[in-house]
Amino acid sequence: MSGLIEQLFQVGFLAALVRIATPLTLATLGETLSERAGVLNLGIEGIMLIGAMTGFSAAYFSGSLWLGVAAAIATGMALAALLALLTVSFGLSQHVSGIGVTLLSTGLAFFIYRLVFGQPSQPPSVPPFQTLPIPGLSDLPVIGPSIFNQYALVYLAMALVPVMAFVLGHTPWGLSVRMVGENPHAADSAGISVAARRWQAVVIGGGLMGAAGAFLSLAQFNAFTFGVVNGRGWVAIALVVFGQWRPWRCLGGALIFAFIDALQLRLQASNFGQHVPYETFLILPFVITIVAMALVSRNAIAPAALLKPFRKEER
Amino acid sequence: MRGVTKVFGDVVANDAIDLVVRPGDVVGLLGENGAGKTTLMNVLFGVYQADAGEILLNGEPVRIRNSADALDRGIGMVHQHFHLAPRLSVLENLLVGLPGRAGMLDRRRALARLDEIRRDFGLWLDPQQMVLGLSIGEQQRLEIIKALYRGARLLILDEPTAVLTPTEAEGLFTAMRAMSKQGFGIVFISHKLAEVRAAATRCVILRHGKVTGAIERPAQASNRDIARLMCGRDIAPAERTPVSVGDPLLELKRVSTRAHGGAGLRDVSLTVRGGEIVGVAGVSGNGQRALADLLSGMLAATDGEIRLAGSPMRRAAPREAQRLGLGRIPEDRMKTGLVTALTVADNMILPRLCEAPFSRRGWLDKKAIRAFAEERILAFDIRCPGPEARTAMLSGGNLQKILLARELAHDPLVLLAAQPTRGLDIGATRFVHDRFLEMRGRGRGILLISEDLEELMALSDRIAVMYEGRIAGEMATSEATVERLGLLMVGASAETSERRA
Amino acid sequence: MGFRLEPRTSTPAWLNAALSLGAIAAALILCAGLIALSGTDVLAAYGIMFDSAFGNVYALSETLVKATPLVFTGLAVAVAFRAKFWNIGAEGQLLAGALLGCWVGGFANVPGPLAIVLMLIAGAIGGAAVALVPALLRVRLKVDDVVSSLLINSIVYYAMMALIEGPWKDPMSGYPNSPPIQDAADFPILMEGTRLHLGVVFAALAAPLVWILIRRTTLGFAINAVGENAEASAYGGIRVNRVLLTAAAISGGLAGLAGICEVGGIHYQVMGEISTGYGYTGIVIAMLARLNPLGVIPAAVFFAAVMTGAEAMSRATGVPVFLAQVIQATALITMLVALLFTAYRIRRTGGPAGVGAH
Repeated sequence: MSGLIEQLFQVGFLAALVRIATPLTLATLGETLSERAGVLNLGIEGIMLIGAMTGFSAAYFSGSLWLGVAAAIATGMALAALLALLTVSFGLSQHVSGIGVTLLSTGLAFFIYRLVFGQPSQPPSVPPFQTLPIPGLSDLPVIGPSIFNQYALVYLAMALVPVMAFVLGHTPWGLSVRMVGENPHAADSAGISVAARRWQAVVIGGGLMGAAGAFLSLAQFNAFTFGVVNGRGWVAIALVVFGQWRPWRCLGGALIFAFIDALQLRLQASNFGQHVPYETFLILPFVITIVAMALVSRNAIAPAALLKPFRKEER
Repeated sequence: MRGVTKVFGDVVANDAIDLVVRPGDVVGLLGENGAGKTTLMNVLFGVYQADAGEILLNGEPVRIRNSADALDRGIGMVHQHFHLAPRLSVLENLLVGLPGRAGMLDRRRALARLDEIRRDFGLWLDPQQMVLGLSIGEQQRLEIIKALYRGARLLILDEPTAVLTPTEAEGLFTAMRAMSKQGFGIVFISHKLAEVRAAATRCVILRHGKVTGAIERPAQASNRDIARLMCGRDIAPAERTPVSVGDPLLELKRVSTRAHGGAGLRDVSLTVRGGEIVGVAGVSGNGQRALADLLSGMLAATDGEIRLAGSPMRRAAPREAQRLGLGRIPEDRMKTGLVTALTVADNMILPRLCEAPFSRRGWLDKKAIRAFAEERILAFDIRCPGPEARTAMLSGGNLQKILLARELAHDPLVLLAAQPTRGLDIGATRFVHDRFLEMRGRGRGILLISEDLEELMALSDRIAVMYEGRIAGEMATSEATVERLGLLMVGASAETSERRA
Repeated sequence: MGFRLEPRTSTPAWLNAALSLGAIAAALILCAGLIALSGTDVLAAYGIMFDSAFGNVYALSETLVKATPLVFTGLAVAVAFRAKFWNIGAEGQLLAGALLGCWVGGFANVPGPLAIVLMLIAGAIGGAAVALVPALLRVRLKVDDVVSSLLINSIVYYAMMALIEGPWKDPMSGYPNSPPIQDAADFPILMEGTRLHLGVVFAALAAPLVWILIRRTTLGFAINAVGENAEASAYGGIRVNRVLLTAAAISGGLAGLAGICEVGGIHYQVMGEISTGYGYTGIVIAMLARLNPLGVIPAAVFFAAVMTGAEAMSRATGVPVFLAQVIQATALITMLVALLFTAYRIRRTGGPAGVGAH
């Protein structure tokens, strides 16, 4: 067991932790933005999956990884736009619409991938992103190689956290997003178009979710597999509650979850792991997520207008 | 505004209305609920587009496309239900919707403007404080500051005194006079005659979407004249005849609860006897919600005793309250009282769902339910297509009748009624008052919680005033005046007021 | 000249059925585009689909066999959604029911009918127990039921795999399966030469029973009331938490029955692929049926046909089998949009404002 604890402080483990946290961070930030505006996006799991698929496919055929990322973001935005249409423009149930979008995205992802690539014995792959060391910082002991010698997307994701916190807290656009999520009637009478803001928040959030998917298929792994998302989208929703809808806390939640996920991978491979069915470790992150939600949900204060469609005639 | 018409479906909310506001005018817009006052002002503020007619500002016809447009043109509105986000700060609520500087919120300029407003009108609030922590009067002040901040010269106030104590209302009128002196135009919507006569320089009366009259010096007009223009006929208020008082039916002895939607109850003792209506006055947030929910079984008492006809109320459960013979009319009929997606018949039996004849051993008896609903609809003259009608489509008055009908069906010993006539027109209000007096005549008791002092004074035999969770004072209605009650509502004691007088 | 959505006062009955059909038609039309994308003739492809689902007696029997678990999951979701208990965990509840029921069926050395009854009860209990977890988490700790029920799906799946790959692995087979149930406990086949089993009858009975529950019992009334307005229901004396938990248990029990019918009627054991997303399809079915238990049957049959048909279509043409999932999801979305028309009516607005009308 002590050998295990030693492992935790090794570069490899920390680097893995940061890698695992990145798609979660991106997805959670996207969901936070959407929910702050009052829209629950349950399409996140499907959007991440189809983002992974289009990102991979675009990269495969174009030879450019960044084009893949762009394609994933665009796909994410498109499907989020569908959700916005259903929930914001039509005022339909956010729960059911989100499930519909996830099912649609998942079905489309599988369908298009199979159509394009068929079922080859050797699944196609792309050369993944290379890591990008930051000069100077990457020479620091331990944290240097693990945090500052990562993929470009990791840096982007980490940088997005303070950016989103700043935008939400200190810009007129961010304030209007928050107001739309707290009291849309107030926003409306202040001259803000509630529908426009919600569309913007949902679609931008969807772009981030798509990027999260691209990271999975282009950086963390080098291929698209049907199970590449594996429930991370749902975990992101839990993390938003856990992070109290605040970007920095959501990052904290993502890091904690990534820690547990990286840990369970190590545990599977360790001596201890030989005696226990490996599924036990796979279950661990999900159980911890539920426990975390159980601890936090009772006192969680959601944006006041979350889940409520906005209609002008009502008060 | 000239010839403004606004139609919603089959309902003509505003019918060719003319309205003129000059600088320095304080126009009281009077009318019953549903007369079209708020709709008209929403058209002015850009929330709705008029279907016909035109609006002229400073002589120029304009099209006000939305609220932002209205604000840009100097029209501000303070709504009845505040448009504030409780979890954001005063400053944030103020700044929302305004462009920033270099992409960021311009806090410095905001603070400077706030100081200006304080100098000019005497209105100010701490910018960092969360709106959640403000009192209702302060929240309204924030709404007014918001309008002034954006440079409004024409201010619309929708039922501004509905949530204020008499003292705060006086403060509001003072601020209005200051603004009027500076050349502002003010329109305030009200259904309270006394206020309009006190504060307005002119009053315009609406009924069923049309202008029925305009009075230049309302202070000199009589209440009856104005009332007739509002209602089209003389509806005399219900008359209360003396009735002999019986045994105590509801007793609260030194009851306390935790805070609940405002102040919790603190050492409250109250008795309602048979044949008596006890009114509870007070500004909302001073314990009325706790009192109503306590007796409804939704809130537990931490101390003290509650007895109904001698039997103690042991558990906090709605069924317990029913079992003991307490009828309940909740404050919010659409949120708490009725399930609007269900039919009228379903709502009629909701509290007695598990009892015969409506259900036996888990099985519903649809025939019995229907028969009961039909009888109730007839007895209370509920206007609806039938027992299978969807409740959501009924008017406020008919919804209230459903609540009354179902509670009174089982002849409760005591009826708890919270804001029973809120949002109802005069006809429906009179109906409700008549039923209360009828119950009283039969020797039952009523605990009436209301923010409408006129209603309390007309119906109650005794009035108790709540302040910060305690009974600040209790008196027979014959000895009560609006001034005395008003002072108790703000925490000044009756003795202090007498000493000052 | 513009349009405006205006609330309806009541919904004519024909409209409900017409909308469901319209939604299905719209979904099929939209997905035709995908078929064309794969280079196949659309009408031919749909022809293969419906032929393989309804073309002959055997095809029909296969469709009904596939519809059986879908009826149960559709009913499960319909009951839950009526109480606004967002049970996305029907998948996990199905697996739990299959597990527990198969276990009971494995050692119960009793005559057939009794064995079947015991398995059914065990299946229902397994599903109900799993459904109570997110329900209790919501009632006691305010945890969002969507997320918790979803995460529990994964947990149950992995637990099941751990069991059938480890301690509960059938020693006689090389694959990860559970040991089979007793022969006596096999569901009898109703028609020679097909796989049509007794489970179909159970499903056909379950729908009207659930309908009676919803429409004729106080519990059903309470479930509807709580789903529409929990606060007013509580005020009226209904024990909201108790109703939610009961609805969750019933919902989970129905999903568990889906699982055990698959075990008892088709596989006679538990394996990893025992459910291909039946729990999620149940959501779409429930919505298409407008949460009406009787409407679940035609919706389930339709989706069973789509799933069977897509398999045949993918074998005969180049269209990937996942078309079924896309059709399902599209049908859900078109149904949602169609629901708008029940609540609202389209009205033409008059001339533009500013024109003096009188």
